[in-house]
Amino acid sequence: MGIDYMYPEFEVVRNRERCINCRICEKECANGVHIFNEEKNCFAVDESKCVNCQRCVCFCPTHALKIVKSDCRLRENANWHESTVKEIFKQARSGGVLLSSMGNPNKLPVYWDKILINASQVTNPPIDPLREPMETRVFLGMKSHKIKRKENGEIDCTVPPLLELSMPVMFAAMSYGSISYNAHESLARAAEKLGIYYNTGEGGLHEDFYCYGENTIVQVASGRFGVHNDYLKAGAAVEIKMGQGAKPGIGGHLPGTKIVGDVSKTRMIPEGSDAISPAPHHDIYSIEDLRQLVYSIKEATNYQKPVMVKVAAVHNIAAIASGIARSGADIIVIDGFRGGTGAAPTRIRDNVGIPIELALAAVDQRLRDEGIRNRVSLVASGSIRSAADVVKAIALGADACYVATAALIAMGCHLCRNCQSGTCNWGIATQKPELTKRLDPDTGSERLINLMTAWKNEIKEIMGGMGINSIEALRGNRLMLRGIGLNENELRILGIAHAGE
Amino acid sequence: MKKEGQVRIPSGCAIAAVISRKGNKMSGELITNAMKPMHDRSNGLGGGFAGYGIYPEYKDFYAFHIFFNSRATRKDCEQLLKESFEIVQAEIIPTRKIPAITDEPLIWRYFVSPFKSVLKSLQIDEKELVARTVMMINTSVNGAYVFSSGKNMGTFKAVGFPEDVGVFYKLEKYEGYSWTAHGRYPTNTPGWWGGCHPFTLLDYSIVHNGEISSYDANRRAIEMFGYKCSLQTDTEVITYIMDYLIRRQNLTYKEAASIIAAPFWSTISSKDEKEKQLLTYLRTMFSDFLITGPFSIVLGFNGGLMALNDRLKLRSMVVGEKDDKVFIASEEAAIRTMEPDAENIYAPSGGEPVIVKVEEDI
Repeated sequence: MGIDYMYPEFEVVRNRERCINCRICEKECANGVHIFNEEKNCFAVDESKCVNCQRCVCFCPTHALKIVKSDCRLRENANWHESTVKEIFKQARSGGVLLSSMGNPNKLPVYWDKILINASQVTNPPIDPLREPMETRVFLGMKSHKIKRKENGEIDCTVPPLLELSMPVMFAAMSYGSISYNAHESLARAAEKLGIYYNTGEGGLHEDFYCYGENTIVQVASGRFGVHNDYLKAGAAVEIKMGQGAKPGIGGHLPGTKIVGDVSKTRMIPEGSDAISPAPHHDIYSIEDLRQLVYSIKEATNYQKPVMVKVAAVHNIAAIASGIARSGADIIVIDGFRGGTGAAPTRIRDNVGIPIELALAAVDQRLRDEGIRNRVSLVASGSIRSAADVVKAIALGADACYVATAALIAMGCHLCRNCQSGTCNWGIATQKPELTKRLDPDTGSERLINLMTAWKNEIKEIMGGMGINSIEALRGNRLMLRGIGLNENELRILGIAHAGE
Repeated sequence: MKKEGQVRIPSGCAIAAVISRKGNKMSGELITNAMKPMHDRSNGLGGGFAGYGIYPEYKDFYAFHIFFNSRATRKDCEQLLKESFEIVQAEIIPTRKIPAITDEPLIWRYFVSPFKSVLKSLQIDEKELVARTVMMINTSVNGAYVFSSGKNMGTFKAVGFPEDVGVFYKLEKYEGYSWTAHGRYPTNTPGWWGGCHPFTLLDYSIVHNGEISSYDANRRAIEMFGYKCSLQTDTEVITYIMDYLIRRQNLTYKEAASIIAAPFWSTISSKDEKEKQLLTYLRTMFSDFLITGPFSIVLGFNGGLMALNDRLKLRSMVVGEKDDKVFIASEEAAIRTMEPDAENIYAPSGGEPVIVKVEEDI
């Protein structure tokens, strides 16, 4: 009540004729929205707690529930949006930094949607992936052109450490702690079956999952949580996380409520303590420091594993990537400003960084201009939503893509964007045992495998249409892309022509 | 309408080639005639030939064939050449006036030798200097285009049907141990003399039939290594890739073929361990140079040639032989024109290189 009262954002609409008072909704909602009044034998509702995660809707056996956007609105104002006003109320009350989860939801250009893909007609035949081989295998890492011959003239076929992917998609970093044990197990098992990789994120690797090491990328972030020698050696590659698209320039924050049991053990920090990773790595204040960490990790892993460096897409990303390429990194991950997060300050998430499409195009071109593109692989990250986005990213110049939000959605996430609350009703972004058990790793991994298999087939169809039968011939093949409704600057940066040209 | 080089123009084509394993000389008339039965594979917007062993008296000099728009351009270009090369002979390439070929530019050839002092100061070998000079003239001297730059070989090309181009250039007067030919079917261009095939750099010449779907991936990759694709044609990018792999990386023709027409991973996995290792190595390290989409090419070089199809064999190409000669063409009819009794005619599989070398150095 009073100034700060906000009418709930969502309303629960219960169809009384359909409702059979089975109380499943009550049980499924960890937020306590549905309250059964046994005396009156009917439901009361506390809509202020509803986050529109759709859990009750999906599990209502009689389809009696729906969640709708409340129509109780402030007076319309094109400058002072309702969300802006409400955020001010919140801050005036609490004095706090606003927190949000998942990627930037604001109306900013999604360049993927303004890029169209080519297909063959007449002069060059499309290739039918049902009848001809269509290759999606990708190797990530340094591609050395230095041919060394042995005394008998044969080529010395020693290759630098590489990651081999059956398709150009991997599961991006999501820490154990930010997501559940079962979610991690689902990702690990799916990655193994699919012949791709998942990423531990900055929370260390649970001892149960060392067996998936061949399909695991272990992350070293500024907090160094869970980092030790065995951990570095457990994975197929080591990723140094310098930044994240959702929150460039700041560190991570996992609330103490999520640091329980194995999470605390895996992170190697006390239970209940907030895991706050610093904004910078305190041993990396410049590019030459990064080089030292890259080589420290290479030394620790006997030069057997590629080292990845993940950075957020910021204004000067092309020059930064060039520096990283020259610092010994084998793979550069660029995370665009729409990338997801388990928790980030709202202002940062919504205002800092640049779109992955522009960053990727700029970096790929810059590395080519400098003649060092083959020294590193590029992974594009930050809201890759479909097989079409993957194809466009590869054609712009990526070697592979990272997906995280899409993987979460496959496991049940309905994008309610309340991961920071720790009460994920889908059992993903939570550590509460009664919730985490809702995600069965058998189902989770199967759904991830299904999703990636579907994408792989779609990628093959699109490639075949272009007359391309191997993914490497698509990489950087910008002639296969056209822009629609883009201005000249955007086209120039993307390095593509406008549709019709 | 945009000119070739400002826009990418796909085209279909006819190719033919002949080589004598013993290095016996054949007149250019033979290959000119071979193009006649394939007339309908071209549309009159480009034809051309490359002959090897045709300049024995100047075999130690690089033979630059250059198109000029004007006399002034020629003077400028010669000035530029003289900065790095000694020009031992400069002459107009003899042509015949025929109604089928019109609007010709000035067509000159120069036999040149690089100055040692220039090589020393740039710390490069003479082939690299020639390659850089060609690239420089073609990208920055407006109105001049070097279309041949090898030793003891030469390219002859024009807008027109190939059989007319052969007559225009009086190819019957040249004797070579190896010839390649091309008829062009571009889809949307008025045709430009420089854009015709063969495309050459140093002694590498390529005639090509197809439209590669990997073009921009290949172009953007090869441009990292000092090449500039000014024509936006498949032939140009393939020539540069072959030059990079063979001359600069010292790979063999077979190794280079297994990069640009790499075997499928499933094929690689069926090979023995050693072969598997090599093919995986080449395919992984040089993945940017995999060429997809239809192509049949003949790569000519001093002392031999290599024919290669894309790995799905999306373009026709047949090979035949008779005595010391090996014939390659888009259609068997072209081979039969050159040698009615050609034997062992077969269609090489996709990605299977046919490499023919003359037995002794010519």
